[in-house]
Amino acid sequence: MHKLLDETAGKKIMLLGNEAIARGAIEAGVAFATTYPGTPSSELSLNLFQISHETDLYFEYCTNEKVALEVAAAAANSGVRTMCMMKHVGLNVAADPLMTLAYVGVKAGLVILTADDPFMFSSQNEQDNRYYGKLSGLPMMEPSSVAEAREMTIEAFELSEKLHEPVLLRTTTRINHSSAFVSFGKAKEPKTKGDFKRDPMNYVTVPAVSRKLHARLLERLAEAEKISETSEYNFIKGSGSLGIICNGVSYLYAYDAVKELGIENKTKILRIGLSNPMPVKMISEFAKGCEKILVIEEGEPFMEEKVKSILQEAQLVLPVRGKGENFFSRLYEFDPAMVKKVIAEYFDIDYSPSIPVDTSKLPEIPQRPPNLCAGCSHRATFYEIKKAAQGMDIMCPNDIGCYTLGFLPPLGMGDFLICMGSSVSTSCGFSKATDKKVISFIGDSTFFHSGITGLVNAVFNNHNFTLVILDNGITAMTGHQPNPGVDMDKMNLSGYNRVSIEKMVKAAGVEHITIIKPFKVKKSIEAIKEALEFKGVSVIISQQICTLYAKSLKVLNPRPFTISNRCKDHRDCINEIACPSFYIKEDRVHIDPDTCVGCALCAQICPENAIVPLKTKK
Amino acid sequence: MDITRLIIVAVGGQGNLLASKVLGEAALISDVPVRMSEIHGMAQRGGVVESAMVFGDAKSPIISNGEADVLLGFEPSETLRAMNKCNKNTKVITNLAPLPPFTVAIGKGVYPEIETIKTLIRERTPDLTAFDALKLAKQAGSPMTMNIVLVGALIKKQILPLSKQSIEQAIKTKTKKAFTEMNITAFNLGFKAAA
Repeated sequence: MHKLLDETAGKKIMLLGNEAIARGAIEAGVAFATTYPGTPSSELSLNLFQISHETDLYFEYCTNEKVALEVAAAAANSGVRTMCMMKHVGLNVAADPLMTLAYVGVKAGLVILTADDPFMFSSQNEQDNRYYGKLSGLPMMEPSSVAEAREMTIEAFELSEKLHEPVLLRTTTRINHSSAFVSFGKAKEPKTKGDFKRDPMNYVTVPAVSRKLHARLLERLAEAEKISETSEYNFIKGSGSLGIICNGVSYLYAYDAVKELGIENKTKILRIGLSNPMPVKMISEFAKGCEKILVIEEGEPFMEEKVKSILQEAQLVLPVRGKGENFFSRLYEFDPAMVKKVIAEYFDIDYSPSIPVDTSKLPEIPQRPPNLCAGCSHRATFYEIKKAAQGMDIMCPNDIGCYTLGFLPPLGMGDFLICMGSSVSTSCGFSKATDKKVISFIGDSTFFHSGITGLVNAVFNNHNFTLVILDNGITAMTGHQPNPGVDMDKMNLSGYNRVSIEKMVKAAGVEHITIIKPFKVKKSIEAIKEALEFKGVSVIISQQICTLYAKSLKVLNPRPFTISNRCKDHRDCINEIACPSFYIKEDRVHIDPDTCVGCALCAQICPENAIVPLKTKK
Repeated sequence: MDITRLIIVAVGGQGNLLASKVLGEAALISDVPVRMSEIHGMAQRGGVVESAMVFGDAKSPIISNGEADVLLGFEPSETLRAMNKCNKNTKVITNLAPLPPFTVAIGKGVYPEIETIKTLIRERTPDLTAFDALKLAKQAGSPMTMNIVLVGALIKKQILPLSKQSIEQAIKTKTKKAFTEMNITAFNLGFKAAA
């Protein structure tokens, strides 16, 4: 049985924030769940996916976040409790349905999880998705801890049904990827089938309908503000004339700092957990007893600006600080010591910070950047493209996935990247605006996510570039989730179809399609050369299963290679493909037999044919 | 309850997440509040993996620079890199078996001498426990048990409010049945290795 389905009363276990949210959804009786995977939200959907194999929960990995939200919107409007999960930038993709779904509303609870990533541990930007609450007019909830994430998920479903609107549940990486003890509550029996009553004058958003629905949304938002005023998730801790207003993980740092600074008797903290709409009356009442206020929030001055406007309207004059020099940054994530320092300085409290040891005189420690895995097929494809394009003036838009790492030396294949699917569409722009040969890279999952529309555009507008689709048969970066091109039989799951990338590309009208097996180096380079010479849109599909995925399916049979005494130390292997299985000992290259999987890429490029299969059985 | 802050640094694949799971389970058994935080995603592709564990009555799940009470390093150069988490009272425990980053192989950077690493840590902090945990892990039966060897050393130092028994119980529930005995051996070898 899945550990999140344990119904032992009062069960307390150590859970990851994402698992706590999944458990909250189960307790709320979630019956329908959709997602496109994205860190830091991935484990949440992965857990619900696993749970769906054991229960009546319907779960779907969708082609992208827009699709996921639309599928979810239909389920919730059929009266089935639904959860839709994505990372922060995923909500940009889903923003179109989001904005008008807010007009239409929902019948059963719909909770949309958006996982923000301050500091960009695994993202391309650190946008603050609290503005989506404001932009769409939807209520937003923000937990401060793992345990609260479970409770708040349940409450978000209740709130959604009370208001007949989707609720945005916003986390940050430090909630998703923190662990703490969580006590289980009782799970509600899910309602798995609903019905849809046809009512076009409320559901078909032509202008006449939408004008009415927008007014209704504002009424619901006013109702939400009343709830926000008395919600148990907007609470005040302590009393005194020094005021702190905070949200999310900042509350934890503020709480610890106030305690450590010994100012509990003169400080009060307002923790905002229901952050859209903000509790206006509560904030002005809170401010009345304050001498000054500090707003502690990662990201943008979302609450700070609102607090200032509330105080202006209430004609309260007192200092309110948040973002700015000597205060908090809009950049990156916060940490406890930083929060303590700002609180102490602003409130004029004596304190002695922990002083880190002097690291200025430490020798430079060699960097340990992430690298494509040993035996990763992307390395072979990048190498072959580079070889085939030798002498050409190239530039390479890349996309989002493990293969983004191809931009690092020595492969150096990646020159431009902004978002999912951008490789294909930016190739259109670069090939028209420059005279360079444009070669772009996209993975299988990202191609389905948002590469197809760009490719159709390229064919229609008669562009001239080569798109390389790196098809490793799985969504690898986020932890091996399915996508429409995946062979679900390999996962022992039935009831799915498989969409052929090659047929999709053909159907889009691409006239030059090449399939390569990247571990056949010479043959691949020849085929790539031909594709690069084609005038127009050419597509190369590089097919090879992800090595890590193959390992997890137990279909990988590692056959490590070794370097024989024929080696003349050219070091092409190290200098051109840089597989992490290589190491230098006594000034000679060696291969670590424990990590080498025997892809034989290096063996094929060694000018002395010195790299050979390791004979001795391990 | 007093607050104890532990940083664990390792290289992806060295098993620090399992080590922190075992410590978390032991805390649950011992009724010690704990919060931990780890970094997933891009960091898993051969990069550095850092876990923070805060035991006792604190709410924060992360640890600022200079605020670790103990630093547990699975790889000597990574221990050195994480010194910014230490203050002049921080206790340091490190494995001494190096796992040089790939950048060294391609000539981008020089791996520091092990003796130099020890000296640099000793010059900055008062209590260094350093030994070849990989050797002990192999002695226990598998290099994969290195994480538990290091947990053994950590518990011996009595910095965390966790007993030897609670860890042994946690190993039994959190590690695979087939490896329980091996892990208990590894734990005891690490426990003995720390003075």
